[in-house]
Amino acid sequence: MQAPAGTLYRGREGMWSWVAHRVTGVLIFFFLFAHVLDTALVRVSPDSYNRIMDTYKTPLVNLMEVGLVGAVLFHALNGLRVMAIDFWEKGTRYQKQMTWVVLAVFVPVMVGATYRMVSHTFAQLFGSAS
Amino acid sequence: MTTIGVSADAPSRPVIEAPRSRRPSARRTGTNFEMYAWIFMRMSGLLLVFLVLGHLFIMLLLDDGVQRINFGFVAGRWASPFWRTWDLAQLWLAQLHGTNGLRVIINDYAERDGTRFWLKMLLYTSSFLVLLLGTLVIFTFDPEISG
Repeated sequence: MQAPAGTLYRGREGMWSWVAHRVTGVLIFFFLFAHVLDTALVRVSPDSYNRIMDTYKTPLVNLMEVGLVGAVLFHALNGLRVMAIDFWEKGTRYQKQMTWVVLAVFVPVMVGATYRMVSHTFAQLFGSAS
Repeated sequence: MTTIGVSADAPSRPVIEAPRSRRPSARRTGTNFEMYAWIFMRMSGLLLVFLVLGHLFIMLLLDDGVQRINFGFVAGRWASPFWRTWDLAQLWLAQLHGTNGLRVIINDYAERDGTRFWLKMLLYTSSFLVLLLGTLVIFTFDPEISG
């Protein structure tokens, strides 16, 4: 069904954080599915578990782990914002400001986390840095 | 005063309901499932903020991060009931939180009744298997296992 012209809702901070919450939630859900399966290999043999863990240490998957941490961190911070909107009496009034607080916490934490997570891969790819 | 639309005795005349009369609900199951699901999302979400961010911090940021994780590392952690309890709580809360989240998303976007039904059956089946497998692994872990 095509929406009549001019009625499409174009939200701002509130809508986009809602969209991002859904997208990150679905991504995390599918990772959890894979993660339970890979961890279950500890019941098969140490060797099969170690082999799957070795793939987690490769540069490409290492980069995907940064994405995972980003998805979880955003979902967690925005989840706290949702709870503040629901339970704090001034929550709805400050929902927009709280979106910017979420981002203000998200960015520096991600910069630090990314540095720690990829430094080993960097050293591996471009020679030892430490 | 439950009819909306036209009255039976005068089909052409619209019925004007009493102010604030209750809207007849198509389905009133009386279980309040959606309210409990809403509360569960907030309670589990709050716990998961600590459990999952803590898990990611320990596994990916502390010391050598993912580079140090192998069978021996898992065996060392799961020797402690504290970490087994942590992981079990994390597994159940995250899986149920995610299952309810996907249930809401399927209800929102799958428009055909059949599509919605089968997507949710697939979701519930996979969630059940993931919970069963994960729980078994945590409870039956054997550090002396030989391939």
